[in-house]
Amino acid sequence: MLSGKIAMVTGGSRGIGRAICVSLAEAGADVAIVYAGNRDAAEQTADRVREAGGQPLVIQADVSDAGQVDAAVKQVQETFGRIDILVNNAGVNRDNLMLRMKEADWDQVVDTNLKGVFLCTKAVTRSMMKQRFGRIINISSVVGISGNPGQANYVAAKAGVIGLTKTTAKELASRNITVNAIAPGFIETDMTSQLGEEVQGEMKKQIPLARLGKPEDVAGAVRFFASDHAGYITGQTLNVDGGMVTS
Amino acid sequence: MADTLDRVQRIIVDRLGVDASEVTKEASIKDDLGADSLDVMDMILELEDEFSMEISDEEAEKINTVGDIVAYIDSRS
Repeated sequence: MLSGKIAMVTGGSRGIGRAICVSLAEAGADVAIVYAGNRDAAEQTADRVREAGGQPLVIQADVSDAGQVDAAVKQVQETFGRIDILVNNAGVNRDNLMLRMKEADWDQVVDTNLKGVFLCTKAVTRSMMKQRFGRIINISSVVGISGNPGQANYVAAKAGVIGLTKTTAKELASRNITVNAIAPGFIETDMTSQLGEEVQGEMKKQIPLARLGKPEDVAGAVRFFASDHAGYITGQTLNVDGGMVTS
Repeated sequence: MADTLDRVQRIIVDRLGVDASEVTKEASIKDDLGADSLDVMDMILELEDEFSMEISDEEAEKINTVGDIVAYIDSRS
């Protein structure tokens, strides 16, 4: 389905990012795994990509730093010759109530989760325009649609990603580049496992399908947007949340 | 020189769907030929391929007329 395609996945070392890397490799793509700090985890993802039949490339880069992003994109292009699929998945959270949220917490989350999407998208756009093909898939969050107390920075950034997705979609459509967002709900990852059982129980009550999602649930949606099946879809946000948010 | 103009004209006619007779050296890409900023971006990428060169954003912003493009390309080759 994606054989011969080259994908670049940010935040690819763990959690949802790892599942995305593996899923794209299973579909036939070679995958550049961009990670911020955890090299061992990134190498484990690379092993999984290899097992799935894809060629991995592991790159360390901070997505909020334009110079590092440009260098990472260049490395992918030099190794594989092109980039067909960009998955902007890298994200951090620094939760606190608005009143207690520090400016640094705001900046760090917005820089990584929103500015990072802008920088990575900008860095691949020129070559995608020239090759007249591209698939950009941004990982937002349902809280970017619904709001969530204690996550002003995260919610603002994830809502921003949806707006950025719509605008980029309109700017790049004439060159056969589609840009879509996925809004995961509560997914079983390191990020949600920090939450206590009580909080997790409360979460499940809000989910019609009555379970947390798996990283693979999100990866399946990414694979769809990356595929030819989604060639006529752009500027959209798909909730992968067990039915939690229905708007 | 004439060759550059011919190739530039062909790209502009193709990208903007205008008549070749309108694409004179004096014609302003945006005002006379009706290109919007996305059209210009598209055209610049096409020119980069056609003439195997990179046109920086700063240089691209200075381009106003068809003649500007031809002069810029000739100055580089």
